Amino acid sequence: MIHVSLLLVLPPMLLGVINKTKAWFSGCVGPPLLQTYYDLAKLMRKSLVLSATTTWVFLAGPIVTLVTVVLAGLLVPVGRFDAPIVFSGDLILFAYLFGLARFFTTAAALDTGSAFEGMGAAREVTFACLSEPALFFALLVLVKVSGSLTLTGMLHGPAGGFSMAVAAPLVLVAMGLFVILLAETCRIPVDDPNTHLELTMIHEVMVLDHSGPLLGVVLYASALKMFVLGTVLLHVLAPFQTGQAWLDWPLFVLELLGLAVVIGVVESVMARLRMHHVPYLLTAAMLLCGFGFLLLLR
Amino acid sequence: MNPGTTNLATFANGRALDLASIPTLGIAEFEQSILEGVSLGQRITALFATSAGSAEQTLLYAILSDDKQNRLYVGRTQVEGDQFPSLTPRCPQTHMFEREIAEQFGIKPIGHPWLKPVRYHRSWTCRDAWDRPPGEPIIPAVGDFFRVDGDEIHEVAVGPVHAGVIEPGHFRFQCHGEMVYHLEIALGYQHRGVERALLGGPTKRSIHYAETLAGDTTVAHATAYCQVVEALARCPKTARAQTLRAIALELERLANHVGDLGALAHDVGFLPTASYCGRIRGDILNMSALLCGNRFGRGMIRPGGVGFDADETRATELLRRLDDAEQDATVAVNLLWNTPSAMARFEDTGPLPLKIAAELGVVGPAARASGLMRDARHDQPSGLFRFVHIPVSTCETGDVFARAFIRWLEIQQSIEFVREQLRAIPAGSTMVSLNSLSPNCMAVALNEGWRGEVCHVAITDERGCFTRYKVVDPSFHNWIALAYALRNQAISDFPLCNKSFNLSYCGHDL
Repeated sequence: MIHVSLLLVLPPMLLGVINKTKAWFSGCVGPPLLQTYYDLAKLMRKSLVLSATTTWVFLAGPIVTLVTVVLAGLLVPVGRFDAPIVFSGDLILFAYLFGLARFFTTAAALDTGSAFEGMGAAREVTFACLSEPALFFALLVLVKVSGSLTLTGMLHGPAGGFSMAVAAPLVLVAMGLFVILLAETCRIPVDDPNTHLELTMIHEVMVLDHSGPLLGVVLYASALKMFVLGTVLLHVLAPFQTGQAWLDWPLFVLELLGLAVVIGVVESVMARLRMHHVPYLLTAAMLLCGFGFLLLLR
Repeated sequence: MNPGTTNLATFANGRALDLASIPTLGIAEFEQSILEGVSLGQRITALFATSAGSAEQTLLYAILSDDKQNRLYVGRTQVEGDQFPSLTPRCPQTHMFEREIAEQFGIKPIGHPWLKPVRYHRSWTCRDAWDRPPGEPIIPAVGDFFRVDGDEIHEVAVGPVHAGVIEPGHFRFQCHGEMVYHLEIALGYQHRGVERALLGGPTKRSIHYAETLAGDTTVAHATAYCQVVEALARCPKTARAQTLRAIALELERLANHVGDLGALAHDVGFLPTASYCGRIRGDILNMSALLCGNRFGRGMIRPGGVGFDADETRATELLRRLDDAEQDATVAVNLLWNTPSAMARFEDTGPLPLKIAAELGVVGPAARASGLMRDARHDQPSGLFRFVHIPVSTCETGDVFARAFIRWLEIQQSIEFVREQLRAIPAGSTMVSLNSLSPNCMAVALNEGWRGEVCHVAITDERGCFTRYKVVDPSFHNWIALAYALRNQAISDFPLCNKSFNLSYCGHDL
């Protein structure tokens, strides 16, 4: 119950924390912490404008994305508690749910027939070719370390926590996962969520034609995605627990908000990469996760 | 006397010249003079047409500037009928000028390689260079575009409505994947007809037209207008007014350069410099407001002098604010230079080689970034710049980094200049009354606005009213350079390149 409510309520808060951090770095007040909630409420009340060239695929894009991301969220254990849905091999479903979401987002973008959106879709799938293997390597390492084939099992690790012997591969995986998190949630240095320059965007350019509630769904789904991937990363990075439920939940929320601050700091202190350098970064993420796996096979 | 231009009349920036003393050459001789001048390193500052009385006759004027010798040359020729031979194949600088002449006067430059309208308006005469029927509406950016063929080539059309709040313009990219083979820019959406509105002037409205030619270049355009009028009225200049004008001009440069550096940082997603520079730009605009009550300097420059005086207390306050702005800008901008990820985006992006910049006749910081020593404050000084020299800053690489770094060099020079001038504003009056304008004369004023050379040319009739008023905004020279700089670049770098030139749409469209 707490899992589901956290999954559904907390994500927009992360964007608020990131924006506050960025605002602090650039010396301004910034939007309120809850701005994303206000934006969502506003978008949901608006009417929908549909391009005459689009079909049902355009409508399905954001909705399928939202559904798949929520499903993926239900597979991931949040905090120290098991996920609502657990079965052996659910990590494969987890990875492919993101694949499905991507397929529908890009299909919806292509459906508009706009040159920009086609460009955005091409970039998205090109970069996905590199970030997906990285994610699989990361999951593989976790499977190997924990000996479990469920997300809940592998992310919680063996009873008593991960041993020191696997610290090195886990650090590599954590670094790789952080890059994947930045890439998948369209943050700097891969993409710039603030930009409105249609020629440089990746994710934002694919949703240019979405408006009103559909845009709200897109925005909400991307916040959820950050929550889900952030949760996965936190399990690897900071598997702290007190053993008491009433302390563990706030601890997890704090960790997650801390992660949002870190993302905000990264966005503030560096510029975006040149588009053709993005694959290098993602390849690096893949290599990090891959080397993590190699280390385990010694 | 320059051997190549003996048959053109010689004069200087900010002077009036009797129309009778401008030689009327045969068309072949006219072209030869231009080509020889350009081959000697001169540059075409303006090339424009006027009607010569009868409908069948058009006069072409060329104004060349010799930057090394601080001289201007002017010549004219008479075109009979509806065509004249194009210079563009032999002299690419004339490319846009000839298109403009064709559009305004309906005469065809024969042999022009890419004859398209510039601003998409009706011609001022009864002819039309494209033989469009009179009733048919003319819509900007409708017509031929350069196309690259091939299965793997795709075309991206951007604008006129952009995702940000900026001026309208249409950009057509021929891309191979992420790489741009060719970019063609079509403007004209902001055409207001200022040149024609100024005819018959000067009237009460004229100065306001000049101030609003390009909002961010208010002071430079207003100064050029006033210099033209003052030259035609042969009025004396006061030292105090010239100093205040120069201060206003440099404040305008400071505000825009600082704003540009912030915008460049924003385009690569580097937030700290972006937001600090945005704020500092506001501080500098407020200094202009302290000077004349308007952040963009409107009302400051008036024919005969300046509209507002700066007393001792105001000068002191400006000096104090200037120190603050300098301190803040130094921190914010150095942060940009010291961030490797931002520099990685700037360096080698959108290079404009020296040779191309010279051929295209690029002006302003964009020219200096490619290594051209070209600064009207230095080459064709007017007003205070005749007495106080600002060193010309140049770079070599011609990429986005060079265009950004030039701005920082100029910011430092301008701050030093403004500080020096504010400490010693000469005493005297700020305004002299104007006589009526000399009849049958031409006057030219060149001014280095923050974006580059602003050129105003006025020709008076026998009553001393404008029969032709020509404005050349630096953007008119430079848009083609942006298109060139983007060749073989990633399309995702376009906004960054565009911002590094930061050209004006309304200054081009007039």
